[in-house]
Amino acid sequence: MTLDRSIAFIFLILCIVYSYTAFISMEASLLPFERNMSFLPNTMPKWLGVLGILCSLVVIFNTGPEHAHKPGDGDINYRRLGDYKIGQALMLIGAMLAYALLLRTLGFLAATSLFLAGGSAILGERNLKLMIPISIAAAFFIWYLVQEVLGIFLRPWPFFLG
Amino acid sequence: MFEGVMLGLSTALTLQNLLMVVGGCLIGTFIGMLPGLGPMSIIAIMIPVAITLGDPSSALILLAGVYYGAIFGGSTSSILINAPGVASTVATSFDGYPMARAGKAGKALTIAAISSFTGGTVGAILLLFFAPAMAKVALLFHSAEYFALMVVGLSAIAAFAGSGQVAKALMMTVLGLMLATVGESAQFSAARFTAGIMDLQSGFSFITLAMALFALPEAIYLVLDPLRSKTGDGDSGEIKELRITKEEAKSIAPVLGRQSIQGFLIGVMPGAGATIASFLGYAVERNIAKGEDQAQFGKGSVKGLAAPECANNAACTGSFVPLLTLGIPGSGTTAILLGALIALNVSPGPRLMIDNPEIFWAVIVSMYIGNLVLLVLNLPLIPYIAKLLAIPRNYLIPFILFFTLMGSYIGQNNATELLILVGMGVCATVLRFANFPLPPLLIGFILGQMLEDNFSRATNLTDGVSFMWERPMTLCLLILAVGLIIVPSTRAKMAMRKRKGVALGD
Repeated sequence: MTLDRSIAFIFLILCIVYSYTAFISMEASLLPFERNMSFLPNTMPKWLGVLGILCSLVVIFNTGPEHAHKPGDGDINYRRLGDYKIGQALMLIGAMLAYALLLRTLGFLAATSLFLAGGSAILGERNLKLMIPISIAAAFFIWYLVQEVLGIFLRPWPFFLG
Repeated sequence: MFEGVMLGLSTALTLQNLLMVVGGCLIGTFIGMLPGLGPMSIIAIMIPVAITLGDPSSALILLAGVYYGAIFGGSTSSILINAPGVASTVATSFDGYPMARAGKAGKALTIAAISSFTGGTVGAILLLFFAPAMAKVALLFHSAEYFALMVVGLSAIAAFAGSGQVAKALMMTVLGLMLATVGESAQFSAARFTAGIMDLQSGFSFITLAMALFALPEAIYLVLDPLRSKTGDGDSGEIKELRITKEEAKSIAPVLGRQSIQGFLIGVMPGAGATIASFLGYAVERNIAKGEDQAQFGKGSVKGLAAPECANNAACTGSFVPLLTLGIPGSGTTAILLGALIALNVSPGPRLMIDNPEIFWAVIVSMYIGNLVLLVLNLPLIPYIAKLLAIPRNYLIPFILFFTLMGSYIGQNNATELLILVGMGVCATVLRFANFPLPPLLIGFILGQMLEDNFSRATNLTDGVSFMWERPMTLCLLILAVGLIIVPSTRAKMAMRKRKGVALGD
């Protein structure tokens, strides 16, 4: 199955679940006086669910191999992902998730410095003498800019330092 | 109109707003020059800063400045290193890069700057006349017509943005609308589709979605394919001789005249936007040119460089017409601007001119100022700004990713938002692999809530959906929307059938 079709298929499943919620679960939870109203929280979702199912079916039946997207010069060919730096991309996505989970615990300064230094290390930077000072300085500068200039609170230190 | 312009001048010429224009243009140029970062990503990254300003006029002026700057910066990287950061500047590289290779980089940049300036300025003058007239007509609309108008806008975007694959674009629009239904609904404060997650009670954050759809996939593409970011190779070289000759100026003058108007009109249409305007501008000028002139196209023709540059800037200005008058964004970038305005408690639409005339006129006036700033300030600075292209990607990419994360974090101060961002960003990258257009998704998301509000109001007024066929204007608009979807798809099918009859080449 082409990627287009697989995505449309996943979307179809999503639409079926969405429609089930709109037509059945939400309908069941309506209060008696609400049943006579012309507009309800599930009115629009009902239309959208049906429209979504129709669209995904059109994509599934209309995008056979001859219609499938052929990557151009500037595009990434997903069939040959191994030829690209997929490892680096996955590690960076992992680093972003780690940043999201550790931001509160480690505090902004430590988490950001680690993320910036780690990110460039993942991309192949080996010059530690340059990389670490740049990351720490950038983290401090951005924290100062956001907290002091823009006035948005960002907890700078780890949780145990308050 | 005169009063309006004066009001706009008095708002736009305050020190703070002038600084916003200059700052926005500079930031836009700086970041827009980095290959891979388009205006949508940059504006998305700048939104938290703009919202913190608090003043909607300043915020919109800043973001509009960033927008022009980014387009100009994109042209610079197209010309200097043949790496268009933005789709709308791809056509610029056809003739800009050959000029730069022939040692005329300075001249190419000057032509690009003058063309952008002309396109932008003529566009702003046309906007001055178009927008108020359109806003007057739009004031006659009721919620039923608004609902229908939004449906027309959404189907036009799906029809134009899908590059022949209308069903895919439509699917993305519906997905956007579905995402907009997560959280509290119109008229009822009960939460829906939250799967019991408290953080989804107020729905998805628009900034997170904008970042996840544009900035993050772009950054992941840069990581996957290092050739996309040709930075750090020191190829930019010295830029000298910025002047152009009288003959060159004479030859590009008619091109600029034609393309400013054509570009603007294309920009006004929802879904068409700067990319189509620039390609069409290039194609039209190549067809009009004769003999020697035509042969020069693609080898460093000044006309070939001026046409797309002028058209894309005029189209950018044109795309503000539906945004400011109807509240319907015609492109991904204006959709992000719309989201920013809503976050600042301003609802763009025909009432904008009446309720907040200072915002409306200040934006128009700031367009002139922005174009002037780009010409006067950026041109002499280009040789220095181009040094940015020498930043190694090992440092650049972590910073791009970090700014993307920060953008969605500081608005909410909520780490769950970051997890949603990364998850959606990965999904958006997969969608991009399969060439699903992403702007319709964001536009669907932004229009979703307004669509439901107007739909609910119209339904309550007529006690059902009979307004769809009882009100003639609503009916016409809805028929138009259906036509917009059906005509391109039937045409594509017919073309496909015709092609099937012909043997395919090897």
